[in-house]
Amino acid sequence: MADVNRGNRPLSPHLTIYRPQMTSISSIMVRITGIASFGLALLVVWWLLAAATSQSAFDLINGLMTSFLGDLVMFGAAWAIFYHMLGRLRHVIWDLGYCLNVEVSEKMGIGMFVLATVLALITAAAL
Amino acid sequence: MVQLTLPKNSRITTGKTWPKPEGATNVRKFQIYRWNPDDGQNPRVDTYFVDMDACGPMVLDALIKIKNEIDPTLTFRRSCREGICGSCAMNIDGINTLACIYGMDEIKGDVKIYPLPHMPVVKDLIPDLTHFYAQHASIMPWLETKTNRPAKEWKQSIEDRKKLDGLYECVMCASCSTSCPSYWWNGDRYLGPAALLHAYRWIIDSRDEATGERLDELEDPFKLYRCHTIMNCAKTCPKGLNPAKAIAEIKKMMVDRAV
Repeated sequence: MADVNRGNRPLSPHLTIYRPQMTSISSIMVRITGIASFGLALLVVWWLLAAATSQSAFDLINGLMTSFLGDLVMFGAAWAIFYHMLGRLRHVIWDLGYCLNVEVSEKMGIGMFVLATVLALITAAAL
Repeated sequence: MVQLTLPKNSRITTGKTWPKPEGATNVRKFQIYRWNPDDGQNPRVDTYFVDMDACGPMVLDALIKIKNEIDPTLTFRRSCREGICGSCAMNIDGINTLACIYGMDEIKGDVKIYPLPHMPVVKDLIPDLTHFYAQHASIMPWLETKTNRPAKEWKQSIEDRKKLDGLYECVMCASCSTSCPSYWWNGDRYLGPAALLHAYRWIIDSRDEATGERLDELEDPFKLYRCHTIMNCAKTCPKGLNPAKAIAEIKKMMVDRAV
């Protein structure tokens, strides 16, 4: 790599000055929801492990998960899983060579937010 | 690597507010990134006021007016003033574009101008594009042939020539690469949308005879596969090209030749 920092050159600003784009926001959200889903998996494992350990251990996590806060977390988790799934589906469409233009990609991005919310609401209502 | 904040020497401070033009009624505020390599200070944002009644319609017109009439030290690249040289690429109103073909009527409120994002700054609005050009050179941006040179010229059918439309128009302004978050974090090893669009331009050229070698060169976790189809590149391209699609086509060719 060429010496690109002659004379202590500053780095030009990036995240702070770039206008938020549907393209990049919908993309980073796929990664964020993926990481959140992993956190959720740990929570579920804790729940199952506690169920196999003792009554008191189960009561603690079960109480937490079925509280209002727990409901909120689980709703967020459902949203995250649906969003992540739809985001991955969009990647499959792209990788097959379809919908690779900005207009359609942005519409799919908005669709991911809307559909994930609808699916999470249906899930919440069904349970 | 991902580094969300700017290094210490790059943090931006508030700069000078230059006087308003006298007697002007239609004044517009410009906030412009400044950095002087000679004064040892951090970058700053200066405020200028331009009389829009005595200024051309494009952002570049205003920049030239500021340089001519208010502050001759303001430094930026420009040449053709018609979107064909790619010199005046900069971040205007939060997106990367060419100052010469971006109308000020497209901007609401104050006009904010920064150099292309996440690049080393040479001075003011001039980024160092050395590494960007080196990456372009690395994809062998020329016709590679093995067969004997034809008596007259390398011929190409009209259909094959059409495959180059949407690719050959690239003016290497670096707007796309510097709009790409993946290029921000991994620009040292990821080639970025511009270089990859050029790579594809030669890969699908029917006259080129080094397609295999070109694909071999790109078969790399960083050079090609740091593209996550974010599509900021296609969104910002001032020439309306679609580097994301070109990169996706390269990925497809990689799969096609593997199965």
